[in-house]
Amino acid sequence: MSEGRPRHAGLNLGDTDAQADEGAGSAMFGFWMFLMSDALVFALLFATYGVMQHATAGGPGPATEYKIGPTFIETLVLLTSSVTYGMASVAMKHGAAIRHIMLWLAVTLSLGLLFLALELHDFADMFAHGAYPSRSGFLSAFFGLVPLHGLHVLIGGLWLVVMMVQLRVFGTDPQVKINLLRLGLFWHFLDIVWIAIFSTVYLPGLIR
Amino acid sequence: MTPPRALLPVLVASLPLGGCDALRLGIVDHAGPVAAAQWHLYLIVAAVLVFVAGPVLVLVPLMAWHYRLSNKGDAYRPDWGFSWPLEILVWVPPIGIVIGLAFLLWNTTHALDPYRPLASAEPPLEVQAVALDWKWLFIYPGEGVASVDRLVIPVGRPVHLSLTSGTVMQSLLIPQLAGQVYAMGGMRTQLYIAASRQGVFRGENTQYNGRGFQDQKVAVIATDASRYTRWLAAVRASTPMLDGTALARLTRRSVETRPLAFSRVPPHLFDRVMSVTRTKEGQ
Amino acid sequence: MSAPVWPAVLGRFGWQDLPFVLAWQHPTINELIGAGAAAMVVIGAGVVALLLTVTHRWRWLWSEWLTSLDHKKIGIMYIVIAFVMLARALIEANLMRLQQATAINAPGIVAPEHFAELFSTHGSIMIFFMAMPFLTGVINYLVPLQIGARDVAFPLLNAIGLWLTGSGAALMMISLVIGRFSTGGWSGYPPYTEIAFNPGVGPDYWIWAVTLGSIASTLAGINIAVTIYKMRCPGMHLMRMQMFCWTSLCTAILMVFAMPPLTVATALLALDRYLGFHFFTNAAGGNMMNYANLFWMFGHPEVYIVILPAFGIYSEVVSTFSSKELYGYVSLVIATMGIAVLSFTVWLHHFFTMGQSPSINAAFGIATMAIGVPTGVKIYNWIWTMFRGEVRFATPMLYALAFMMTFVLGGLTGIILAFPPLDYVVHNTTFLVAHFHNMLIPGTLYGLIAAYTFWFPKAFGFRLNETWGRIACGCWVIGFYLAFMPLYVLGAAGLARRTQAIDEAAYRPWLYAAELGAVILFCALAALIVQLWVSVRDRHANRVFAGDPWDGRGLEWSVSAPPPEYNFAHLPHVEQRHAFYDDKRRHAPYAPPPHYDAIAMPRNSAVAPVIGIASAIAGFALVWYIWWLAIAGLVAIIATVIARSFVRDTERTIPAAEVEREQALWLHAVDKAHPVPRERELTPANQGLAEVHR
Repeated sequence: MSEGRPRHAGLNLGDTDAQADEGAGSAMFGFWMFLMSDALVFALLFATYGVMQHATAGGPGPATEYKIGPTFIETLVLLTSSVTYGMASVAMKHGAAIRHIMLWLAVTLSLGLLFLALELHDFADMFAHGAYPSRSGFLSAFFGLVPLHGLHVLIGGLWLVVMMVQLRVFGTDPQVKINLLRLGLFWHFLDIVWIAIFSTVYLPGLIR
Repeated sequence: MTPPRALLPVLVASLPLGGCDALRLGIVDHAGPVAAAQWHLYLIVAAVLVFVAGPVLVLVPLMAWHYRLSNKGDAYRPDWGFSWPLEILVWVPPIGIVIGLAFLLWNTTHALDPYRPLASAEPPLEVQAVALDWKWLFIYPGEGVASVDRLVIPVGRPVHLSLTSGTVMQSLLIPQLAGQVYAMGGMRTQLYIAASRQGVFRGENTQYNGRGFQDQKVAVIATDASRYTRWLAAVRASTPMLDGTALARLTRRSVETRPLAFSRVPPHLFDRVMSVTRTKEGQ
Repeated sequence: MSAPVWPAVLGRFGWQDLPFVLAWQHPTINELIGAGAAAMVVIGAGVVALLLTVTHRWRWLWSEWLTSLDHKKIGIMYIVIAFVMLARALIEANLMRLQQATAINAPGIVAPEHFAELFSTHGSIMIFFMAMPFLTGVINYLVPLQIGARDVAFPLLNAIGLWLTGSGAALMMISLVIGRFSTGGWSGYPPYTEIAFNPGVGPDYWIWAVTLGSIASTLAGINIAVTIYKMRCPGMHLMRMQMFCWTSLCTAILMVFAMPPLTVATALLALDRYLGFHFFTNAAGGNMMNYANLFWMFGHPEVYIVILPAFGIYSEVVSTFSSKELYGYVSLVIATMGIAVLSFTVWLHHFFTMGQSPSINAAFGIATMAIGVPTGVKIYNWIWTMFRGEVRFATPMLYALAFMMTFVLGGLTGIILAFPPLDYVVHNTTFLVAHFHNMLIPGTLYGLIAAYTFWFPKAFGFRLNETWGRIACGCWVIGFYLAFMPLYVLGAAGLARRTQAIDEAAYRPWLYAAELGAVILFCALAALIVQLWVSVRDRHANRVFAGDPWDGRGLEWSVSAPPPEYNFAHLPHVEQRHAFYDDKRRHAPYAPPPHYDAIAMPRNSAVAPVIGIASAIAGFALVWYIWWLAIAGLVAIIATVIARSFVRDTERTIPAAEVEREQALWLHAVDKAHPVPRERELTPANQGLAEVHR
């Protein structure tokens, strides 16, 4: 199968592990479909935000509440975590030592948690200014969209912990490999969603 | 409840007569230019659709019966499953009909847009309708009066309704005069209606809004200009003002047992209802 | 709402939330009906539990059914849920019709709010817990068999979908016994369903039941789509699949993309209600128009989710009972795909009356009419399938014929409603109610019952009683016309839907006719129950173990009835469309294979029941503000998922000898069976082996 077509979009295991690759076809395709469905959830929340961004009801608006500095740092942190996850995937594919994979996963996890901490700090700031979700339609839409991404990152973090435990317990058996591939798609997907949040929520909000 | 034994004769007796009675409450017995145009459109569409449904209604029983298993005299072609001429027959005429109907749809949707002013020599009568639980408040801003659950309009003169809601979403339908449009909190929608003959027409909220929904009906009274003026004078002379107490009563979730009228209306009441629902913080 | 009992533990629950207590305090007919319904749920559950205990069937139920990952058993359980919920929703429909017929300038039998609960539960159940589980069950059962696979792509996910659907349905049932359901209709439009106007538990029951159903359908959609894309047997190209697989594929894709808008709509409504957000409120910049858009972005594709599988079923039924190839396979595939794509472009026609510009309305109206074209093509394809065939009038075929004649009428009123100026007049009236019942009853319901009748022998090994089947079919058809044709008239006469009391005596005869129709529809369900009873009683006379009672065409008919757990001892190799039909005529489909192999099948798992029960508990706790329990339920779900990810021993191997023994038994039965000619397929002579002329 090493010369064959890739079984699924994204990183394939065909060159290095034919057995895991065999099972990956359906597993990855199914996960892609789930991501498409999840992407639609985000798309609808983006649309809702777009419709409601002017409904500030006399309360705080984007210009006063969005801070370019912290959000830019969050962006950098999350994008870097995507790179480090990529390093973990490559290490896993080419049979690197488990310790090696673990290290990259741990770095990814730390960056993810750092991102969450920074984001929570932003939210706390907004709450302190009276910018909480029940204040206006605009803030409802903001807090419906951005924290949902944060919740995904949190779930991704939990998943990372589970995968690190599984690596210790099972080593790199086909199931672990497939789940690491899925987690990879999930993690990179969150990056893309964040880029969309940064460029359609924060940046236009600050330009005005 | 009707006693069961009395039910049957009532049913039998009322079928022919009652059936027609019911239709007289709807667009069939239209009483205004909008409803008349809608009824006309309905007849055209229905006529076209006869040609769409007809072949199916004829062919299904015909084919099923003619090619039944016990009829051995007929050709049996189990492997036959495609023919270009049939394929064209199946796809092209429906597409053609839909294209034709699309032109009709586009034009009539614009012509019968509820926001489109009706052609008339007279300027339209402005009426503001506020949907409340479970009643309709009609404000006549030009005349400075208001009425509840009763809309009095002069025959022949277009009426421009502006709608909003002081509560949940509702929808005002007067089937014999025109279609409906939603009334929503914090927003203003519009509806042009006109009556071409005198009469009392049934109006209602069609969007479920709670316990009193079934009682939220409006009597739309179309009358000639002189009687309309007399009604205005009578309201001004002998009804209370729409003050804070009256307003508080109207905004309670309740059903009015009989139509009310008010001789004076606070200025910009409609806009205030709209802005209150729009910007009010919290609930 | 009464004072809560011990709020820290029981949230906002109070004794007044029990209908029994209410009926005791105010024994009006309205409260007695409520208590009676609650009693039916409690007694029904009690009787089932008692029967299981008396017959010592609990262990059997758990190990053979509830924990099973077999797609066939999951499919059957879906359909069982659907029938239970159908019975409830049909009783509610009867109550509503009876109310309207008795409430003409009179109070009738149920109070306004109770009536509102009835139409809300009726709609929610019929869509989310009758149509959806029924069609998911049929797809689950058939698709792997038709594409020559041993199971679906994700068996455990399949079971989780079933259990989430079940927990949503359970919430619907619990709402009868504890508290009240929503009065906001099946579409739950805010701001009426917001906390300001409806502070009770009703809308919360609706939100969580529907959300569970929605997530379950998303999972089912992913599973079905991956199964069809990835699990087809060798040679089964997409264009060689049975038409039902095509419609299932389109349905699955629609589920994946149409369910998220519903989940978003209900989730945002929940945020409004629980945390004071302002998505759809009147106040502080909320806008309910967003909800209308979100809901119908789901709602319209949903119409095709429930109709497309039925189209697939009719394609199979018409072709099989005409003993003829399906006419225009390719154009049917194109039409199906066309419908699936167009279904995302018409959602706005559900609210033409929201005040948008005429150009927007017209664009969506034209798109709506455009869907009529591929739908019409399908009807003609079925007509040309009968042409030069040998049509047999077995029950499924009768449903198909009734469907074609009736559905076209619904299509006509659909075109009328697609004209915005005409929609303005009849929107929100019973005309609209009549229209969508005219699509959903002949379309979805007849189709699903036809499927039940058609494939029942495959699933259980014996045919259903034909006489009672025809009686049921007759009742469904007559009942439909009597119940819904009057509603067209009433709607044109301005009767608003969801009206609890009637103020116009002129509506009387039409309401009486509709009430009579509702009773006949109920008789149809009763006839189905009798049919099942009689068929089980006479099962020995009607065995079709050989597996092919109707001279079928797809691979599902090429195995025994019921099929073995692994479906196919050898994965089939397919060389053309209708593989089994041609095999019967040209080759030897029942030749034993040279050797048998051991087969790996998924082991039973308690994961799905645990997740299902935990999510039902979490949903119930959220409804009643019992926060500790909600958190416990959520933690239980997450913990179960994580624990499962550590399980590696998920497969069980069926030894080759066992496969050989089962296959030998079946092939022996095939050998001994007498081939039955089509004229005698409805008699006990039908042992499941078709007489074919080579």
